[in-house]
Amino acid sequence: MLHKKNIDLFISFFKISPITFGGGYSMISLIEREIVLKKQLITEQEMTEILTLAQIAPGAVAINSAILIGLRVSGLIGSFFSLLGIMLPNIIILAIAILLYSLFHDNELVKAAFHGIGAAVIGLILYAGYTMWKSNERKLISTIVSVLVLGILLITKINPIFLIAGGCVITLLLYQVHDSRNKRKKLM
Amino acid sequence: MVYVKLFINFFIIGCFSFGGGYTMLPLIDNLISKEGWMSTEQLTEIISISGMLPGSIGINAAIFVGYEQAGITGAFVSMLGLLSPSIASLILLAKLFNHLKEHEATKFVMNGLKAIIVGLIIFSAIKFSFTMETLVNFSYKSFIFLGVLILTLVSLTYSRIHPLMIILIAGIIGAAFL
Repeated sequence: MLHKKNIDLFISFFKISPITFGGGYSMISLIEREIVLKKQLITEQEMTEILTLAQIAPGAVAINSAILIGLRVSGLIGSFFSLLGIMLPNIIILAIAILLYSLFHDNELVKAAFHGIGAAVIGLILYAGYTMWKSNERKLISTIVSVLVLGILLITKINPIFLIAGGCVITLLLYQVHDSRNKRKKLM
Repeated sequence: MVYVKLFINFFIIGCFSFGGGYTMLPLIDNLISKEGWMSTEQLTEIISISGMLPGSIGINAAIFVGYEQAGITGAFVSMLGLLSPSIASLILLAKLFNHLKEHEATKFVMNGLKAIIVGLIIFSAIKFSFTMETLVNFSYKSFIFLGVLILTLVSLTYSRIHPLMIILIAGIIGAAFL
């Protein structure tokens, strides 16, 4: 179990994890450098495949990539070690942050600083939405859908999970229609 | 039991968090309001802290919410609940990869989901903004708040400045003016 590959996975992710901020995508170039180039645990080709999958599956992209790299390198045990490596520094840092927060959150200066940080974090959230919008190939229709979804959420108290689940069903149905129409065109 | 409730709820969120950690935020917000665990104001604070730490903002926030609800065990259970669907679906997807890779349907559905999630993410940004006293209690401070927000967006889009740097500067501006 404590095979060198597994230890390599653990150490690599343990090193990368605490220096990546602002979401998964900043981690990806670091993962490539460490896992593909330095440790050569997987190839560039495998890394590309892994990134595709990591984005299809639910969950944080960086963590999904770590799980998949572990799986590819040495199966379930490998994914356990890479997940542990990526999560452990997070958990430690988060624990320290929670402790500091409970000690200082009534301090006026800390409160004021957090108003500024809050503004920046909302900026980060909006930027995440922007990058996702930009990555969509069909800009017009996707913008219309986004605006509709935003409207529904602002007006009703619907659980957003239903919108995502409904979206899965509707896009699959639309794909069926789109697909059969294409096939019919080919036949004619 | 609170642990079971945390696990199940975060498991469900884990199943639907397509597109990464930010998608989890509106789902967590819905959960805490539905269960009456905390106010959106409190969640906004938690999300601010989660955003300034390394790692996924959504997972950090979920662990923090779990901790507030039921201590260290609660934090652990929430994390496991959130991660299990990813792990399970990745094991499955890794087996199906060659079928999925070139499958047009995957692309089609992902594009549709992305469009929905953009709406979700913008909604949560709006909702969190409206819990910020500095912004809502209209004064010169509201403009400073908006200034920081806009500067963050501009510098993320047009420069390669590190997000941690932005958060540090925002914290200093906040401490000085807000």
